[in-house]
Amino acid sequence: MVASTQAAAQLGSWLAPGYALFLCIHFLGVGSFAYIVMRRMVPLVRAQSDLRFDHPLERLGRVGKFWLGQWKHPRYKVAGTVHILFFAGFILLAMRAFTVLILGTSPDFVMPGMRGELGHVYEVVTDYAATVVFLCMIFAIVRRVVFKPARYEVPSKFGKAHKADAVFLLALIAILMLADSLFEAAKAAGQMQAGQIAHFSAAYSLPWLLKTVFVSASLSSIGQFCFAGYLLHEITFYFLLCYRPFGIQFHVETSLFNVYFSKLDREVLKPVRWDVSEENLDQLTSFGVKTFEDFTWKHMLDFYSCADCGRCSDNCPANAAGRPLSPRFLTIKARDYAFQHYPMFGPTGNGKALVGGIYSEDEIWSCTTCGACEEECPLLIEYIDKIVDLRRGLVDEGRVPQSLQKPLKALESRGNPYGKMEKKRSDWINAKDFQQTCRVKTLDKNGADTLYFVDSITSYDERMHSIGRATAKILEHIGENFGILGAAEKDSGHEVRRFGEELLFISLRDQNAEAIRASGVQKIVTADPHALNALKHDYKNVPPVEHISQVIARGVKAGKVKFNPIEGDKVYTYHDPCYLGRHNQIYDDPREVLDAIPGLRRVEMKRSRDRSFCCGGGGLMLFYEPKEEERIGVKRVRMAAEAGANVIVTACPFCMANIEDAIKVAGLEGKMTAIDIAELAEQQMVREIPPQTKSTFEMQAECVAGR
Amino acid sequence: MEILVCVKRVPDTSENEIQLNAAGSDIERDELVYSINEPDNYAVEEALQIVGRVGGKVTVVTVGNEDDEEVLRREMAMGANHGVLISDDTFAGSDGRGIAAILKRFVEQGSYDLILTGVQAEAGAAEVGGMLAAMLDYPFASLVSAIEVIDGNKLKISREIEGGNKEISEIDLPCVLSIQTGINDPRYVGMRGIRAVASVPIATYGVSDLGLDPNSVGAKAAKVQRIDYFVPTVGKGAEILEGSREENIDKVLELVAAKGGLK
Repeated sequence: MVASTQAAAQLGSWLAPGYALFLCIHFLGVGSFAYIVMRRMVPLVRAQSDLRFDHPLERLGRVGKFWLGQWKHPRYKVAGTVHILFFAGFILLAMRAFTVLILGTSPDFVMPGMRGELGHVYEVVTDYAATVVFLCMIFAIVRRVVFKPARYEVPSKFGKAHKADAVFLLALIAILMLADSLFEAAKAAGQMQAGQIAHFSAAYSLPWLLKTVFVSASLSSIGQFCFAGYLLHEITFYFLLCYRPFGIQFHVETSLFNVYFSKLDREVLKPVRWDVSEENLDQLTSFGVKTFEDFTWKHMLDFYSCADCGRCSDNCPANAAGRPLSPRFLTIKARDYAFQHYPMFGPTGNGKALVGGIYSEDEIWSCTTCGACEEECPLLIEYIDKIVDLRRGLVDEGRVPQSLQKPLKALESRGNPYGKMEKKRSDWINAKDFQQTCRVKTLDKNGADTLYFVDSITSYDERMHSIGRATAKILEHIGENFGILGAAEKDSGHEVRRFGEELLFISLRDQNAEAIRASGVQKIVTADPHALNALKHDYKNVPPVEHISQVIARGVKAGKVKFNPIEGDKVYTYHDPCYLGRHNQIYDDPREVLDAIPGLRRVEMKRSRDRSFCCGGGGLMLFYEPKEEERIGVKRVRMAAEAGANVIVTACPFCMANIEDAIKVAGLEGKMTAIDIAELAEQQMVREIPPQTKSTFEMQAECVAGR
Repeated sequence: MEILVCVKRVPDTSENEIQLNAAGSDIERDELVYSINEPDNYAVEEALQIVGRVGGKVTVVTVGNEDDEEVLRREMAMGANHGVLISDDTFAGSDGRGIAAILKRFVEQGSYDLILTGVQAEAGAAEVGGMLAAMLDYPFASLVSAIEVIDGNKLKISREIEGGNKEISEIDLPCVLSIQTGINDPRYVGMRGIRAVASVPIATYGVSDLGLDPNSVGAKAAKVQRIDYFVPTVGKGAEILEGSREENIDKVLELVAAKGGLK
């Protein structure tokens, strides 16, 4: 107690000359930060509402997982590890930083509970934490300057490089750590010179190293170092605090809130307006996002929170194919807009249209809504809802690409994007050779337990008919009492909604939902992940829905589905459709089905499961003519070839359309083929289970051996 | 500038399977879906763009029945200020000249600086615009692919002529122009836009409103009568190129160039 009083007195005498200055900086720093944050809040207050105040416990859980637990960071090993290290350092150092600030004007201040041994332990731990953060910053600077990871580059069309700012901010943190260590080292060296018993110090830490240098210096120069360390720490701390809201490090302050308020049900698309019910949509004077203020406050918080790490764009298929879209710059451009039009002083907002200003129409139509960006973002920034909102704005203004107008019009008048007649929707069940083996009933007159929801592409695209037929045969084989809606089925409207035509979607959804309910089925099966996603998340009050791969996997487990061994030496790879995998977390069922086929050799592509690379997009995206350097699908097919596969198994008719096209474009015809999981399962299915003869046992033995 | 656009509701060729009826007198019209004649849609868009640049109003007019209100509303959802339906039982069976005569009387009741039609409708006659101009004694230009307003009483227009060439002309107002597709990118009309104009009243004109002699229009007055529809017999098949891919590519290039497709 005496020692600590002496130490405080010594510190007080060193810092006393700066008392008034320190106090000024405190007030200036805190006041400026408060003002800056207030100005940054201005657009959020003007923004659209967003319901994010529900489920506090679930939200806290997400803070624990994604913020404190840094859940997404290890997906990028180097950058992720470094971030985890200095994030942990910051968390540990937070209390120390405040303590140091207070010491300038109250030299005997000690945080409650930190007076005894706990205080010593905390000091040692934070000495190391400061050292780790310092080293991480040096590492990060070297990485940025020397190794230049490609994903940090700024293509010229998106403006100037961000490197200088990033390095400057990293350097400031390094200086902060240095200043903190300088102050701590001088304090400790002074105590030692005064003959006090130095408690355990953190060997080889930055403060420890500096202390060993200082200990031989005169007491007055140690005092000067202490003063300098304090002043540098205080200035750097407040400068950082007030400078961060102007750039990529604002996430230090906003990330906690961004994660807390992040979207809980990611699969469900944002309504047109949170505060307007579907019945009252007609009363709205405008739809979607046209000006910056049309974004919700949470979406604006997203813009503030982006750390410019580039992981979204690194995984974005549109960006990879050279389309004019980069999710990273979708955010950065909006942030720049906010900074420019909501400045620190003077008038705010200009109400100008975003598309045609900071965004181009092509940019907004380029997104396949695959969700790779959202899957990757460590800060849980949302992209799909923003893209859809921007599209809603474009649709409302009639700014829809010509290539999409025909299919949209056809969806309105015929219920399918091809403009084909309703009565031809069930033509695929009437092919003679199919009818002889499998009779599919339509549910207009007959009842059934299960509805097979076919959706437009499988109904009308002749190539996809075989997916429909395979699905029907599988359902029949496992003994499902099922039927289809036939002419009463309309397009699920999945892409209609994601392309921003909300009212057309509502009309299609209502027609389907009514037909489904009228059919009296208890469950729905589909082979189209887009229909699955729509029925599961966009529709309400319809029976539960499953993808055919789930049905097959269950059939395999129950012994209802058995497969003949596969012949030939083909190597298979499974391509995760975005709306089956990322959007509905169905990764294992299709793989289990493939692995149940005896003798099937399967390899994984580098980008699989939740990092799967989109095929190019389904639904209306098939009609859109994007500006791109290379087709997204071609890139995907090359990935399969790289993995050593020559058969791509998909589980989505749109993936099939894109991948088969891409195989031709990539010049891999004859070397690579694509097959749907339903087609493959149906092809390999053991039709009749014969009485247990010797040959069956032999076959089962082969099955086991094959696996 | 006051602009009148004459539009027509037609079976949508991209969303129907057009087949002849059993009698061979017409196409099978059950289960057809209708929409605005595509070139007319470009004409409305062009009118909206002109008005956007120089001010004024756009009126869309069609000769038909209450079913045709649908296309008027669609064009009003695009931005047209007024929709007019000219409808009367006596109009049934009018030929192109009859339609032009009906429109002429309507034009005379208003004051329009510019009258646009689509280049042609589903019947492919491309006749109403020209006849309307002649009846009104207005100048006429067909296949217009660009319009620029020079001053209050003149337009500079571009027309597509043989071989993809362009001809630039000046034309005095008032005039009638038939608009070629591709002149612009028509805006999209969503469900929301259509709902917004769903209850806007549409003025309806009958034979007496226009002061027309009932005997001058309709089937009785028609001087062109359709007497048959038939599907031409399929001619000799296409030329199938047989050779290696490279040879075929060369051959295709040669053929396309020979037909003037490559310059």
